Amino acid sequence: MDQEINPFHHALRIRKEVCIGCSRCMRVCPTEALRVIDGKATLHPEWCVDCGECFNVCPVKAIVVEDDDIAKIFRYKHRILLVPSVFFAQFEEKLTLDAIKGILYDMGFTELCTVEQGADLLVDEINRYIAESEEEKPVISSFCPAVVRLVQVRFPSFADRIMRLIPPLEITAQYYRSEYEKNGVPLDDVGIFYVTPCAAKIAAIKAPVGGYESPINGVINMSELYNKVFLAYKQKGTNENEHCTLIHSSLSSTGVRWATTGGEAMNVRGRSLAIDSMPNVIEFLERLENEEIKGIDFLELRACDMSCCGGILVQDNRFLIQERIDKMAAELPEKHALDQEFRNVCSGYIPMDRVEPRAMVKYHSDITIALQRMEESRRLRRMLPDIDCGACGAPSCEALADDIVCNRASLDHCVILHAHEADSGMMEKIWGKKRFLKK
Amino acid sequence: MDLSFQIQGGDFTSAGTASSQVRRALKELGVDAGVIKRVVVALYEAEVNIVAHAYKGNITARIDPERVFLKLVDEGPGIADIEKAMTPGFSTASQAVREMGFGAGMGLPNICRNADVFNIHSVPGKGTTVEITIQII
Repeated sequence: MDQEINPFHHALRIRKEVCIGCSRCMRVCPTEALRVIDGKATLHPEWCVDCGECFNVCPVKAIVVEDDDIAKIFRYKHRILLVPSVFFAQFEEKLTLDAIKGILYDMGFTELCTVEQGADLLVDEINRYIAESEEEKPVISSFCPAVVRLVQVRFPSFADRIMRLIPPLEITAQYYRSEYEKNGVPLDDVGIFYVTPCAAKIAAIKAPVGGYESPINGVINMSELYNKVFLAYKQKGTNENEHCTLIHSSLSSTGVRWATTGGEAMNVRGRSLAIDSMPNVIEFLERLENEEIKGIDFLELRACDMSCCGGILVQDNRFLIQERIDKMAAELPEKHALDQEFRNVCSGYIPMDRVEPRAMVKYHSDITIALQRMEESRRLRRMLPDIDCGACGAPSCEALADDIVCNRASLDHCVILHAHEADSGMMEKIWGKKRFLKK
Repeated sequence: MDLSFQIQGGDFTSAGTASSQVRRALKELGVDAGVIKRVVVALYEAEVNIVAHAYKGNITARIDPERVFLKLVDEGPGIADIEKAMTPGFSTASQAVREMGFGAGMGLPNICRNADVFNIHSVPGKGTTVEITIQII
């Protein structure tokens, strides 16, 4: 692995030279991990969960995904590409599966495998896991790495509920690695690459949680690969390569749907819910933490709207992608052809430690100091206008008050208070007199 | 630090606001998750009791570095026999309410179980005062 493994490895990077400091990213970050300082978006790395909301809203593409260069595949003799269903579902119907495979083969990949082959056996293992789990319910799926990280950072008390089973991607990677090993191929010759629909999966592979080490050698950006395939198609058409022996595409209807919303939950016995998009996930976990929701066995939680169909690196409209996946599922069998072989050699159960919480320290680790700061922050909030304009470089008046008490900002940063001082009549006409009364 | 909340009888839509805010504050202060859970369970039960039985009430949560002190004062019908109300399973709820999954008679026992110190005082026809202390360390 090229990058050093550390718990705060992030797959998103802000290119300061490109950033225009518009603050759009700061406003959408679900953990309030961004601030504007010296005209540039600045990340608090311990709070970032790699969800990619910032990437989506950046108007100048200043936020980039740290993927692997596609040329890296030529370090290996056997170049295996693990392709998720959403990749194929991005293309119009006239670009057939065989055509796409031919183009990828021409690019240098020697074998293509569909990622969700690992899902079929996982269905049984998840049901067994839920039945046997001694942790409090609901079990939270380990599928979406942005959600796993969100739980670690914002809901650390739920870290124990994260399912300690590896996702289909890792099962499939283990399977193909063991296949090459079984056939006597030196593992140094085997390069396993994954096409990712999001940044969080890169972070999960480079810095996995639970002491697990991924056998995946590199991660390729889906958006880049889409463009390469589409360009090749436009330039050369669909000459189906006869040397193309790209196999192992067999997939079940369960597998093809896995990464869509409900793809996991629909296979789980008992009461299970499928919730997608960051605000919805946070709202539900808040209510769960408030002890208002009882009796749920399993939660499928996904950071992106429409799950992986809406991944930040996925091209085309997420609803169209969902529709194409549904169409694929209608034509696929319930179990895929390699299912039994998969069950013989691999499993989602691997020795895995519990997922460690990495709670955000908001005020101070000493509760006496934390309490003083919290009280001071609440006092400051009564002075701030509660407009959440973001002009101070913090995402909300509350965040500014917290930054002030932690000595990261000062009350001077509030542009609205300055404007009121300079021309109280104008400001009160817009925002009302009451807004500026010291409460 | 003191947090205070006004509760309206019959307003189930807002029930849980106080416990949610107190939970958030404790979490931001870095209080142990097990302690937070006990506070939330006890406060939520007590809060819902006011909504379900009283006309209106006030909740004060005092957070110190060592403990959380919760005081819930309501104006309502009061409790005639507190000892009976504290018995697990005893409930004044009708059969219809019980069939809906409420009124299992575990409210007060549940609060008591999660509290380190629990006091209840009631005047029939006037109202009830509940005091809950949970140690942080």
